[in-house]
Amino acid sequence: MKGSMTIVAFFVLGIICGLFHLIPDGINIGRWSYIALCALLFCVGISVGNDTQMLRRFRSLDPLLLLLPLMTIIGTLAGVTVVSLAMPHRSLTECLAVGSGFAYYSLSSIFITQYKGPELGTVALLANILREVITLLGAPLMVRWFGRLAPISAGGATTMDTTLPIITRSCGQDYVILSLFHGFCVDFSVPFLVTFFCTL
Amino acid sequence: MLTVVAIMFCGIGVGWLLRHRRLSFISRVITVLIWVLLLCLGIEVGMNPQVISRLTDLGVEAVVMCLAGMAGSLTLAWALWRVVLKKKGGPS
Repeated sequence: MKGSMTIVAFFVLGIICGLFHLIPDGINIGRWSYIALCALLFCVGISVGNDTQMLRRFRSLDPLLLLLPLMTIIGTLAGVTVVSLAMPHRSLTECLAVGSGFAYYSLSSIFITQYKGPELGTVALLANILREVITLLGAPLMVRWFGRLAPISAGGATTMDTTLPIITRSCGQDYVILSLFHGFCVDFSVPFLVTFFCTL
Repeated sequence: MLTVVAIMFCGIGVGWLLRHRRLSFISRVITVLIWVLLLCLGIEVGMNPQVISRLTDLGVEAVVMCLAGMAGSLTLAWALWRVVLKKKGGPS
């Protein structure tokens, strides 16, 4: 929660800088953010490649539960597809790109801003921050209404970091490995799916 | 798209080559880069009067898309949970 608040604070600070023209002329923000994005992905790659323990831990999982990341991805995309019918001013691929953030707001909003401009980027940021916040607040209710896999699916890409503590508390210790596995898979799918839907 | 994906795979390769070292500073670098990028996104939004004037609409859109996506994934997670319970035999 503290992490997402800091993110929002930086976003708001940026808006203020932009509104009051506090940025010197001649600085190409788009170019700088592209460079930072490449650096970010390089670092994300390093952290994935560096963690060899992770893959070993996943071997103990029930094969049926390995389907959960797929359920999350298909379910989210299906839900967004349905609602895109009610949004005539947004194309299906734009909606799918926003949905493919799976609560990974930082990466997805940056990507979408690069490909589709700051307007859709803002929608992606807000939608995906909200997904994380709802998961953090509603996890116990989700367990009661939709079963123990629900908060993990709702948490999307965040279930290996920010929403892991609340998932552990509401689903039980048995679901920690599944939550890590789910977060790992969905997290990894975000850059691919978002760029895929943006370039369609 | 290809450049971005290629860069990420280069990162995975580098991370794997350095797998015997603990690169604990990487997560801090990632956090700072995310801050920089969100700051840039904010600046782009702030300098774009069209986006600023539509901020409320964009917020509503975000809520709708978020809830739709979550509803879809919760439904499928519930379906998988039913299957898991049935396989175990009876509710746990």
